[in-house]
Amino acid sequence: MSVPLVDIRSVSHRFGQLAVLKNVSLQIEPGSYTILLGPSGSGKTTLLSILGGFVTPSEGKVFIRGEDCTAMPPAKRPTTTVFQDYALFPHMSVGGNVGFGLRMQGVDGATRAARAREALALVGLASAFDKKPHQLSGGQRQRVALARALVIEPAVLLLDEPLGALDLKLRRQMQDELKAIQKRVGTAFIHVTHDQEEAMALADHCVVMNDGRIEDEGPPERVYHRPATRFSATFMGESTILAGTVAETTNGIATVATSIGLVLLPGAVQPGANVALAIRPEHLVLGTNEGAVGLGTAEVSDVVFQGSFKRVLATSTIDAALQFIAKAPASATVQTGDTVMVSCKADDMILLANER
Amino acid sequence: MNPTGNDGRALPRAGRALPWALVTPALGWTLLFFVLPFIAMGLSSLTAHEGGGFTLTNYSQFFTNPSYWQAMVNSLEVTAIVTVVSVLLAYPFAWILAEQVPERWQRLALMLAVLPFWTSYVVRSYSWLLVLAQNGVINRALTGSGLVTEPLQLANTRFATVTGFVHFFVMLLTLTIFANLKQLSPSYRKAAADLGAGPVRTFLHVVLPLTLPGIMVGAFLTFVLCIGDYITPQILGGNNELLMPQLVMMQIGRRGDFPLASALSIILMAVVTIAYLACARWLKIERA
Amino acid sequence: MRQFVRVASWVYALAVYGFIFLPVVVLVLFSLQSTSFPIPPFTGPSLRWYEAVLSDVRLTSALVNSLLVAALSSATAVTLGFLSAWGFARFVLPGSGLLRGLITLPLTVSYLIIGMGLLVLFNWAGVPKSLLAAGIGHVVINLPLCFAIIYSQMGDHQINIERAARDLGAPEWKVLLLITVPVMAPAIFAGFFLSMTFSWDEFVISFLLTRFDTTLPVEIWNLLRSGLNPKTNAVGSLVFAVSIVLVVLFELTLLRRKPA
Repeated sequence: MSVPLVDIRSVSHRFGQLAVLKNVSLQIEPGSYTILLGPSGSGKTTLLSILGGFVTPSEGKVFIRGEDCTAMPPAKRPTTTVFQDYALFPHMSVGGNVGFGLRMQGVDGATRAARAREALALVGLASAFDKKPHQLSGGQRQRVALARALVIEPAVLLLDEPLGALDLKLRRQMQDELKAIQKRVGTAFIHVTHDQEEAMALADHCVVMNDGRIEDEGPPERVYHRPATRFSATFMGESTILAGTVAETTNGIATVATSIGLVLLPGAVQPGANVALAIRPEHLVLGTNEGAVGLGTAEVSDVVFQGSFKRVLATSTIDAALQFIAKAPASATVQTGDTVMVSCKADDMILLANER
Repeated sequence: MNPTGNDGRALPRAGRALPWALVTPALGWTLLFFVLPFIAMGLSSLTAHEGGGFTLTNYSQFFTNPSYWQAMVNSLEVTAIVTVVSVLLAYPFAWILAEQVPERWQRLALMLAVLPFWTSYVVRSYSWLLVLAQNGVINRALTGSGLVTEPLQLANTRFATVTGFVHFFVMLLTLTIFANLKQLSPSYRKAAADLGAGPVRTFLHVVLPLTLPGIMVGAFLTFVLCIGDYITPQILGGNNELLMPQLVMMQIGRRGDFPLASALSIILMAVVTIAYLACARWLKIERA
Repeated sequence: MRQFVRVASWVYALAVYGFIFLPVVVLVLFSLQSTSFPIPPFTGPSLRWYEAVLSDVRLTSALVNSLLVAALSSATAVTLGFLSAWGFARFVLPGSGLLRGLITLPLTVSYLIIGMGLLVLFNWAGVPKSLLAAGIGHVVINLPLCFAIIYSQMGDHQINIERAARDLGAPEWKVLLLITVPVMAPAIFAGFFLSMTFSWDEFVISFLLTRFDTTLPVEIWNLLRSGLNPKTNAVGSLVFAVSIVLVVLFELTLLRRKPA
């Protein structure tokens, strides 16, 4: 691997007393689609602002293409930003907006218009060149903002909750288009969102953030199936969390003492360590427990019909504090008030070490 | 979510001198031509007209000379009457404009209602003089219709001053109260009606309390503008009874007594400040 | 009941309209008087008093002075107001709240006192009474107004728009000229026209700070000393007309920003 496109080294940032980023390091490869995923206040937008040059971090360095950009103003760095509210210039036509960056570079009018039209064609808005931003729909404005940022061929495109202002259906549609556009232009995209579905759909590389730290990063499949922390197990998709202590570890099999008894699963953790077991809803089996790890019985507290499946919430009859979240087939006959057996394959249980 | 609000205000590294370069002209202007004159006025008020050193006579005169004291009493009385009458006249008017006039005519109705607001205030006071004069329109109408036999003394009275002021402040208050009523979400009224309140009770328990802070702000504005105005009492009231601004101008005009004029101005300002502090509690409601 | 409220409303509204328009109607009507007293009965219509006004050099030069002072002082006020509003809205400055308070402070002080203060200061400093002195006073009263109007319109959205321009490579002065000024144009115009009307109308500061060359309100005041006179009606009606033009312009600039 050569020099990464973006290299964030031990960045911390404070707004007054409030620490919003705590020693964050992150590398981003050329041509990748990176999602910064996290709840409000997790520091993801601040990290993006630091990349864009709108905020200088309190500590740490940012390198882009091997060059120290930590204190470089936005105009000078090879990044452009698509703002959450699009920030289109209301007094300029769409063509004027898209051509603005080229105009600042001193590109002549004819070339500018031609390249702006090209960029608009790329986002499927070739016909909007002469319109004013207020004549466009939300989705169209979004595309203009994208074209405006892409036309000056940045090395990294930064997107701040770009789909946040769109309604659900349009959001899913724009997701697919964003991905297609990214593949076509090959620019590295860094995209901030709190929507985990959006993250899974778009990311090559998913960075889960919480409380100013990176909790987990990797391909979305890996992050989903093998989350590194309890936070990413519950933020990126749902999980049932079973807390316990490791009793012993032999031959790569850990025995964990939990409130519902001993559970054996693959893993090598120091005996005595506090751990958590995370189980994805689709891995919980209700009714039988053949060849699986029994998790006791539970009383069903709620069944929510979700179309293609039923989401079942159940409370353990052994430990009332333990809530199971399971995904049952749409055809399942389970009802509120039923008592069911709960089980799960040992391989599907995720052992989260380093629990406090 | 986001700290964007904060980062938005972070200094672009273009240079830290830039923001100061932007705000310094305005600050400098205010310091040089507003704060400095104020200091000059304060210092002047502590010197004697005839020259010489530090003295408090200009202030003590105000409290010992009954005619000066009387001017302040007159000013406060006139201002109080004007404020109350203007609010009482303007509120129903603004309410009618906001509630009874069809939506599409409201803008026009409001524009018409405040049109004379934009006439020069010297001209406006003069116009009232025309109306109220001994042989002016009103007296002609009254004598012509036989309601009175002798023309009434309307001009050069406190009544004339109050009329001129009320005319101006009814327009100002109509504007502010109308804006207040329109800002009120219709859901409040619907909710009140839904919960069984009739129109009268809705008005008393919902609309009026919610517009009260706006009225207070308007009333305070009326107070400040009214107590400091020289033109209206000078043209309409004449010199029969003096108000504070007339007293101040008299010191400059007739006697060139800047120190005394400064002292009287500062006393006038102190009264406004006290009124502000007294009302601050209600004025703050709006900010909350 | 509802019917009663409607009728009462109409009666009340018409009465208030009557009260509001009475002096204006009398003013304009008797400006067309053909005899020498602006009191009933009406003897016009005649334009002789308008002719008298327009041939009165003192009045016409005062009118030009007024327009000049209004235009120049408003331009100064709006420029200073805009720059400072931009500075305060975009940058973190130490003591920002206090400094903004200082700029808006003159709004709470009556014109008489502002004029008095300047008179005392200029008197001490040996600055002679002049239109320039009055213009300086007009900037003092209009600067806080322009600042408040423009500052209130500089929201977070505009901040992002400017950041986008910087991000795309615009240097600070291009951001100002190509983005901020055009985007803020309605607020800038509104501030300018409102300042124009206030300066055009202002009496007491001009009265205190000018001597020979003076503004129209002061000249009208001088005219008033000769008692009731249809010439005063005529010049008053002209002043009213100019104010209305300014207000209509102001309304139009406000309306213009609605579709954006």
